[in-house]
Amino acid sequence: MVIERTLLASSLITIAVTIGIILVLSIEAVNFFSEVSIFEFLTDTEWTPLFTDKHFGILALLSGTLLTSFIAIAFAVPVGLSISIYLSEYAPKSFRRTIKPLLELLAAVPTVVYGFFALMVVTPFLQSIFPEISSFNSLSAGLVMGIMIIPYISSLSEDALHAVPDSLREAAYGMGSTKLQNSFRVMVPAASSGIVVSIILAISRAIGETMIVAIAAGQQPRFTFDPTVPVETITAYIVQVSLGDVQHGSLEYKTIFAAGITLFIFTFLLNTLSYRIRKKFQEKYE
Amino acid sequence: MIKKKKKQESIIDSSLKRKYKLQARDVKVWYGDFMAIKGVSMDIKPNKVTAFIGPSGCGKSTFLRLFNRMNDYVDSFRMEGEINIDGEDIYDKSINVELLRKQVGMVFQKPNPFPKSIFENVAYGLKIQGIKDKKFLQERVEESLKQVGLWNEVENDLNKSALALSGGQQQRLCIARALAVEPSIILMDEPTSALDPISTAKIEDLIYKLKEKYTIVIVTHNMQQASRISDSTAFFYMGDLIEYDKTNKLFTNPEKEQTENYITGRFG
Repeated sequence: MVIERTLLASSLITIAVTIGIILVLSIEAVNFFSEVSIFEFLTDTEWTPLFTDKHFGILALLSGTLLTSFIAIAFAVPVGLSISIYLSEYAPKSFRRTIKPLLELLAAVPTVVYGFFALMVVTPFLQSIFPEISSFNSLSAGLVMGIMIIPYISSLSEDALHAVPDSLREAAYGMGSTKLQNSFRVMVPAASSGIVVSIILAISRAIGETMIVAIAAGQQPRFTFDPTVPVETITAYIVQVSLGDVQHGSLEYKTIFAAGITLFIFTFLLNTLSYRIRKKFQEKYE
Repeated sequence: MIKKKKKQESIIDSSLKRKYKLQARDVKVWYGDFMAIKGVSMDIKPNKVTAFIGPSGCGKSTFLRLFNRMNDYVDSFRMEGEINIDGEDIYDKSINVELLRKQVGMVFQKPNPFPKSIFENVAYGLKIQGIKDKKFLQERVEESLKQVGLWNEVENDLNKSALALSGGQQQRLCIARALAVEPSIILMDEPTSALDPISTAKIEDLIYKLKEKYTIVIVTHNMQQASRISDSTAFFYMGDLIEYDKTNKLFTNPEKEQTENYITGRFG
């Protein structure tokens, strides 16, 4: 009886916390939008709430978030998918068993270490090739974030490929497919929903990632898609303001909730999408 | 994968090679330490249906899968002996396994269509050979579906998912998929064991028709099925080939006591 109630209480706590977060975000965001018009928020290309000449264009932050995430995904998808196909269709079983947990370890490295790595190793390396790159830039942050999310893609995609029934492999090989044809013409299409889910989760993770971009991408809100210049992502801005000495309840303070709810809407939509696809995927194989 | 033996002289008389489609000589198979096939020799004539019968675990499926090298993917698989198709040693180093499998089609126990459209399933074997000619593909798909008697049922649904078909239709689709690349041999591993009696009857009729053009080897658990559709039958027991004869002879007047015990239902 006691155990049952404890379990119930703990599950209620998580729900209560989630609702609480959404409530706080919404209330403060509504307060913010009573002072700044949504139109300005969505169309202005400058974000300068901490300056005298205040602009509240979320695009300046959103572009930083989208740019770093895009670089990360563009790097992680081909690498992660190749790893998953190799592990599932080519590698000997024993190799797969050893390497998979090691790869998952990549996701366990603290992100502050990644951020430091981006700033101290990757950026100087990039500068040695392209000297015009600034010390803070979205390319370096995006690439390192890509490394961080590789295991999300490789591991979940490998699970999806591994779950494809062996009878389909037999059918493919029985028809005279090479390993490559089996992988790309039969296995990847058959596991496509699982693979898409893994990519969406990785995007969601990249968009929400804070430490790497705060350290390596800079803190200059800028509406640009140039990967060589400093930018600021939504998450990095929230860190900057939260740590600063902005007065509680002021308009500057409320901006972090407006930024936060923008971020929340993005990740919420992505997670819902992946949940839907996963549900459809489960039905298909039952 | 298999350790390649050195190129050696064939142990089979070359005059026999012309007469038989498939030949196995002193074939032994191991899975790790377990010996699954204990030295089996067999000759199979073209355009006949040959049935493999025997209790579970007797090695009949393993033996069948030697003919298109499907055992190659089993980690601990090892074999000795010689297997010839049209007089050529298919375990020779120079053999291209993908090409071999285009010549030796296979139908499996459980219908296993790809999660693609009906059309894409049948066209798969041609497409992986790099054939892109739309008209040719359409003709081959139609012809193959007609051969298995599925054309009238799916004519208007070629772009629908193959997974929406019934089990019996799926199995006929899998046969059509194998036929589309025009193999000369079709291996069937208990193709009707997952099907209802009506679908089974359709497939049996189909096998009977197909032997005009193809050499068919079928593994079956069902002795009535073997006696209905096959010209020759091979009885396997514990990795040995006990008896191999004309189906009529084997079922009415078997030479070996073990065969008689099995077909009369005393064990197995």
